[in-house]
Amino acid sequence: MRDYETVIGLEVHVELATKTKIFCGCSTKFGVKPNVNTCPVCTGMPGALPVLNKQVVDYAIAVGLATNCDITRDCKFDRKNYFYPDNPQNYQISQLYLPICRNGHVEIETKDGKKDVRIHEIHMEEDAGKLVHDEWEDTSNVDFNRSGVPLIEIVSEPDMRSAEEVIAYLDKLRMTIAYLGASDCKLQEGSMRADVNLSVREKGSDKFGTRTEMKNLNSFKAIARAIEGERARQIDLIEEGKEVVQETRHWDDVKESSYAMRSKEDAKDYRYFPDPDLATIHISEEWIENIRANQPEMAPEKKKRYMEEFGLPEYDADILTLEKKMADMFEATTAICNKPKKVSNWLMVETMRLLKEQSMDAADIRFSPENLAKLIELADKGTINSSVAKEVFEVMFNDNIDPEAYVEEKGLATVSDTGELDAIIKKVIEENPKSVEDYKAGKKKAIGFLVGQTMKATQGKAAPNVVNQILTKYLDEA
Amino acid sequence: MAVVIDDEMIDYVGILAKLSLNEEERERAKHDMTEMLDYIDKLSELDTDNVEPMSHLSESVNVFREDVITNPDYHEETLSNAPERNEDYLVVPKTI
Repeated sequence: MRDYETVIGLEVHVELATKTKIFCGCSTKFGVKPNVNTCPVCTGMPGALPVLNKQVVDYAIAVGLATNCDITRDCKFDRKNYFYPDNPQNYQISQLYLPICRNGHVEIETKDGKKDVRIHEIHMEEDAGKLVHDEWEDTSNVDFNRSGVPLIEIVSEPDMRSAEEVIAYLDKLRMTIAYLGASDCKLQEGSMRADVNLSVREKGSDKFGTRTEMKNLNSFKAIARAIEGERARQIDLIEEGKEVVQETRHWDDVKESSYAMRSKEDAKDYRYFPDPDLATIHISEEWIENIRANQPEMAPEKKKRYMEEFGLPEYDADILTLEKKMADMFEATTAICNKPKKVSNWLMVETMRLLKEQSMDAADIRFSPENLAKLIELADKGTINSSVAKEVFEVMFNDNIDPEAYVEEKGLATVSDTGELDAIIKKVIEENPKSVEDYKAGKKKAIGFLVGQTMKATQGKAAPNVVNQILTKYLDEA
Repeated sequence: MAVVIDDEMIDYVGILAKLSLNEEERERAKHDMTEMLDYIDKLSELDTDNVEPMSHLSESVNVFREDVITNPDYHEETLSNAPERNEDYLVVPKTI
């Protein structure tokens, strides 16, 4: 078989984190009853007039600047005409002729090194409603809550050559946009969606093959599998002497295969024209500079600062700055307790472990910096020992409890009342003559068993080093 | 120079507009569309050398709203426009 190269470009839709929709004052809140967040504008009633949400433009400019794009000074919206029940206006308001950002690039890093992926354009548009198919009736149910939620679509150049590069690119976009606070970028929940344009060609060729567009990719794993699947399918066709048809395909991640979406009725003739209901947008130099000046600190600068300001090892700084939420937690907790390395340890070890165990993202963290700082203080002062601290942490991770109140309520504080501890230790010595003999006979390790017994008797609430001290004292005296 | 509105074009426009036309309606649409295009062609006879191209119908620029929720729960009103409803959903023929 000949040697093939995969050529991939991405269209990434990102739902912006505005409070309201792009053209009306309806809330963008999720998880509410169907059609609650609707009005004549976002349900396409005749005569309703859209007015642009300024925050959408601000976010789009911020993302454009962070991805090294040129900002289009004079831009406008166009109508993309098509019929579908999730699209109540029978057109989607989007940008074809003058997208807000153009000619950008982001740097990605894979095991093969660093490279730039160019961004062709970023445009603003509105999301469609949601169709829920009725399994029993021959009908579909429509919910327009999502209709008019603002999106940006980031279109890359066909610069990627492998699933690994695609994932590195998506990760880079996700991190950048989350840092800007412009979106939470969750693939699984649909606030970030990627369509993969893929073609193959013989290695060394500079001509592009015929590409297909793959939709319905809801996780990084699905994207990787779809890329492998589509590459193999196209190579098979070419090897058999057949042609790749330019079409849109739907990926079925359960079957790990794709099928072509209807094409006859899908004539790609959207008859775009400028939306006469919306004013044009002029973006001044001042507006751009204002956004540039307010761009938050991004991951690379943060990483550098964590190492310099807090003396964290590079490894810690790397992990803590991967996700905005993690970095925010680190900074907020450190600001309270001023123990950066301890905060870092709790976040990198226990927090990461539980997030992974419960298949959560850093963005899903529920506990507050105040509570983490309290827990660190409790452990630091020796009020609780390290194994109790881990237990309390887990409860706090799940329910954001106040560690001080919880330790108090459950009586988890280290037994520091020496009288109480003395009594317990004396009893342990009495009950374990064999170990005491062993210890005296020079088997110093026997003390470990006695410490264990004492810990058990205090239900783990004693500080092991204190127990060890007292035990040693008694054993050496006896 | 003018686009010719033939049967094929009328069928295509019909598909895009989701219209099914009978024979008589098709002929009429063909006639009307040809007239419209002829009218547009007439405009190109004008001398526009010194006229600045118009990029947009509206002359207003930068009309924005702030990102503030102003709309209340509107689902009853929205659903009152639906030919059929299923609890809080609008119902449409099955579409995949």
